[in-house]
Parts: sequence; C-alpha cells; structure tokens
Amino acid sequence: MPQYNMRLTPEQTAILEGAKGETMAKIMKTLVMYGETFGATHLEPVTGSMGHLVTSFGLGVMKPVYELMDTLIKEGCVSSQQFTVDPKPIDPKVPAGPIEKLIFKKFMYSAQRSYDDQLAKLGLLSDAAYTCACYFDEVGNTPRQGDVLSWAESSAVVYANSVLGARCNRNSGIIDLFGSIAGVVPCFGLLTDEGRKASWVVEVRTTKKPEAQILGSAIGMRVMEDVPYIRGLDRWLGGELNDDVRAYLKDFGAATASNGAVGLYHIENLTPEAREKGDDLIREDAQVYVIDDAELQRIKAAYPVIWKNPDAKPRLCFVGCPHLSYAQLTEWTMAVYNSLRAMGKTRVAIPTVFTAPPAVIERFNASEYAEKLKATGVILSYICPLMYMNNPLCGKKPVVTNSNKLRTYTSARYCTDEEILSLIVKGVN
Amino acid sequence: MKVFHGRVVVPGEARATALVSHGGFNTLASFQHSLMFGDKTAKCGDQNNPDLYNRPMAGTALCMPQTIGSTTGGMVLYCASAMGRSPACLLFSKPIDSLAAAGAILSDVWTDHPMPTVDSLGDAFLEAVQTGDQIEVASDGTVTVL
Repeated sequence: MPQYNMRLTPEQTAILEGAKGETMAKIMKTLVMYGETFGATHLEPVTGSMGHLVTSFGLGVMKPVYELMDTLIKEGCVSSQQFTVDPKPIDPKVPAGPIEKLIFKKFMYSAQRSYDDQLAKLGLLSDAAYTCACYFDEVGNTPRQGDVLSWAESSAVVYANSVLGARCNRNSGIIDLFGSIAGVVPCFGLLTDEGRKASWVVEVRTTKKPEAQILGSAIGMRVMEDVPYIRGLDRWLGGELNDDVRAYLKDFGAATASNGAVGLYHIENLTPEAREKGDDLIREDAQVYVIDDAELQRIKAAYPVIWKNPDAKPRLCFVGCPHLSYAQLTEWTMAVYNSLRAMGKTRVAIPTVFTAPPAVIERFNASEYAEKLKATGVILSYICPLMYMNNPLCGKKPVVTNSNKLRTYTSARYCTDEEILSLIVKGVN
Repeated sequence: MKVFHGRVVVPGEARATALVSHGGFNTLASFQHSLMFGDKTAKCGDQNNPDLYNRPMAGTALCMPQTIGSTTGGMVLYCASAMGRSPACLLFSKPIDSLAAAGAILSDVWTDHPMPTVDSLGDAFLEAVQTGDQIEVASDGTVTVL
C-alpha cells in the first residue's frame, strides 16, 4: 500500500487494504488520494443527515458512470445515508417539438429509467427528491450549522456553506456518492476554519439593489474559487435571513458558483459566520474588488449572444435555475398575473416555464395561486432547464432566462427579472 | 525549450500538443456537447472561452489556471477518460481545484486511461506556452515546452 500523509484510523486502513472488498478499497483510495491532493489531515465523519448528488440524468452515452453504479450496487457499496439528487431532465409538460421529444427519449436520456432505478437502490430519499434546491423546507434536506456534508451541485454547496453555515467542499459528482457510502470526507478547504476565511473583500457601492444574478456573476468571474467577504450588500438586503433574502442568496450564489467556482461567501451582518466573526474572517492579504453600477453594466454587456439571429423573437422562457422557492413562485405568479391584467391580457406572449422542486409544486398546487398561474398559460415543471437545453436543437432555439447559470452552460440569453417579465407579458414587436 | 516544475497530482508521462486556456476551464460547458453527441475529437463547447471554443480537446496537453463551473466537472472528466476522449494530460498553472482533482483521480483509480496531472506550474508557464506547442510531461512533474 502506498504511504499516505493523512492520519487514517485502523478501520480506514483496513478498508484501504481490502478488508471490505476491492470496490470499497477503491472508493477509500479515491477519497484518500483526493484528500492528499489538498493536504487533508484526516477523514472527517459526515454529520449531515442526508447527502445530495449532482448527477440526475440518465444520459445514454455516459455509460462509464452507470457501469460504475452497477458495480457499486452489485458489491453492496450503497450509501450509508439517504440522499436527494438534482432535477430530472425530462418533463412532458415542457414544450418540445416532435423531433426534440424523439431526441430526448431515444438518444439523449435513454438511460433515465434504469438510472432512476440505480439511484433508488443506492439510497435516494424518494421519487420527489429530484431538485437542485434540496435545502428548502418542503424538500427536507436542510443541514444545520456546522454539519459536515458530502454534497455536490455547485449551487447547493455554496448555499449550504454560506447561508446555512454547513461545511462542504465543492465535491464532484461521484465523489459526493463515495463520501456518503464511506461515511467520511477528507478534511480540507471549506471544512476547516482557515479554509473558510476570505481572500477577497468585495465592496458593493451600487445606487440600487443589485440584480442577484449579475452581482454573483461579477464576483464569480473575479474571485474564481476564492472566498469573498461582501460589504455593502446588507444595505439592500437587511440583516435578516427571511424568505426573500434566502431566495436572493440562492440565485446570487448559483451565479458565483457557475460563472466562477465559489463554494462559500460571507455577507457582512447577514450570513451566519459573518454575523459571528465579522472582520476576523478576512485574511490579512485580502484583495479588494469594488462593484458599482457601471461594473454591473459592463459585466452584463459582455455576455455573448450566440443565437443564430440575435434579434430573433424568443420562443421559450425559463425561470427557475436553481429551482424556485415557494415564495419566489408565488411572487412570480402574482407579477405575471397582475401585469397581464393591467394590459388587458390573460395569457403570456412567450411560452414560459417556471421550475420548482416537486414538493414545492405540490404545496403550490394546493394554494390559491395555482389557478392564477394556470390562467396565465405559464407551465409549472420540476424539470432541470439545463438538461432540457442540452438537446442539439436548442442551439438554434432562441430561449431567454433570468438564470446566469443557464446562460453559462447553454445558448440561453440572460435577461433581468424585469426584462423577463416585460418580455413574457408584452412579447416582442 | 522552456522547462517548468510542478507538483504531481496523478503521476505519469505524456507527450502532446498544447491547448491553452488563459481563463478558468469550465469542464461541463466544454465537454457536454461532445460527450452527448459522439464527437470523438471532443471539440470545446464553451461559448465563454474564446481560447478553446470549437477546438478539439481529445489527446491534447490541456493547459489552464484551474477549472470552474458545475460540480459534475470531475465526473465529466472521468467519463471523457473512460470513453477515450480526454486530454492526454492536465497542466495547471495554479494549485488544482477540487473538481479537476476528482476527475484526474477518478480516471487514475477507475479507468485504464489515466491523465497525468501536474499543478502549481506558475503563472510564467501559462505566459510561455502557446496552443500548438509540443509538450513533454515527465513523471516527476517536470513539464517541457519544446
């Protein structure tokens, strides 16, 4: 056995040497090599009650992943804790042409059903556990402050670390599952006090509340994987983590994580660790990034538009990447409903899809808002817009979104919330 | 000829043509299209990366500061490796990030196509190397731009 610098318990060493079989030994070897790369001192027990996996899609061509899952199941290497997983890639309610539907079912996500079966065998919480926003109350996978997690999904990891004060590295798909199977994760980076200190101070000096998705994008592109400590945002958000603020931070964080690689941010006077430790979280050599109105305008103007015809009329709109919270869903519903009524209209001008976790959709459908949304023609879905947009025909389809994450990974064009509302209500002349 | 010394993350030797990204390498955005639609050359699909967009990545010496983006990144690299569409080696000017490390290690432990990986080569490495240069990677982390 190779010599490792990490302190391992006798049990962990035995697993590495094959005491629990070859597959379990390879899982442990992967975790140890991963930790050694980052100077981990030891393997830390996972204390969060549930895991979260990033890989939800049964993409036919990704055979190596499904073969690996088969091996894990066959060898009894299943998760020691239940887990949630990212949203499903297909929902028949979401508009798609006949060729797109054929591509989805026969070519792209042909392994979806068998992969869903694999997830169930490995420890999936339930059929309703498919969402990127697993931390919502309705879903039930909400870590406590200080919990050590074995999660992936960049938007969920950055939220759990920053807003909830849990401890999780930006693990990759597969590593997330390995940590849940072994019940331990390497202790480095965002699991340590030192790794949670900020090497950037971001000064927000805007004249109005910054659009969450653009502010997150600007910070992500500048600080990459570093931890930013953000001053001046509490002026616009206040000092309480209420529903609106948590929703703002969800979208902000997703943009920092997808446009850069941020796994943790602190917001002065607002997020749990910033409230407890304040400036002690800032490294002495921290760099400074000032964000004003002009900087946000510069960032937005630099987004490439890769539609074949940049002036094309949008044919589809997605709102909800990451998935919408219940509060966001009701807010969007009333905004669309009231705007349409004010214009003497009843239905949206562009096919529009709002996406949310299955459990949030269930709550919403039992509320008085459901009929109002239905009347506007907006479709409510549990789908992952990113996975939907991966079909090759979407490259030619002008899609708009208020998600900077969706913009980053697909040909969708980013619009602010205000622009989206105007587009879907008024249409394009 | 310029010689750089880095830290070995996954040991091995390689000789390949350099493909250089001066910005963060977004693994999912770069690979997803080619993995889905059978492009064996693995043309980069990341519209936000002007250095790499539309350039084949399979078999190259992929040089970058770090990777960024989705946490599927390591799994995507693992798939590319298992399917024979990965870069020949990964060379990082900065300390490697957790997603790229996962991909390199998963490929090493679980596939027959490991990608030798060296990090901490320094900013001077990315300033010196250009797309199209021939690169030689030695097992001790020495990277030579020929």
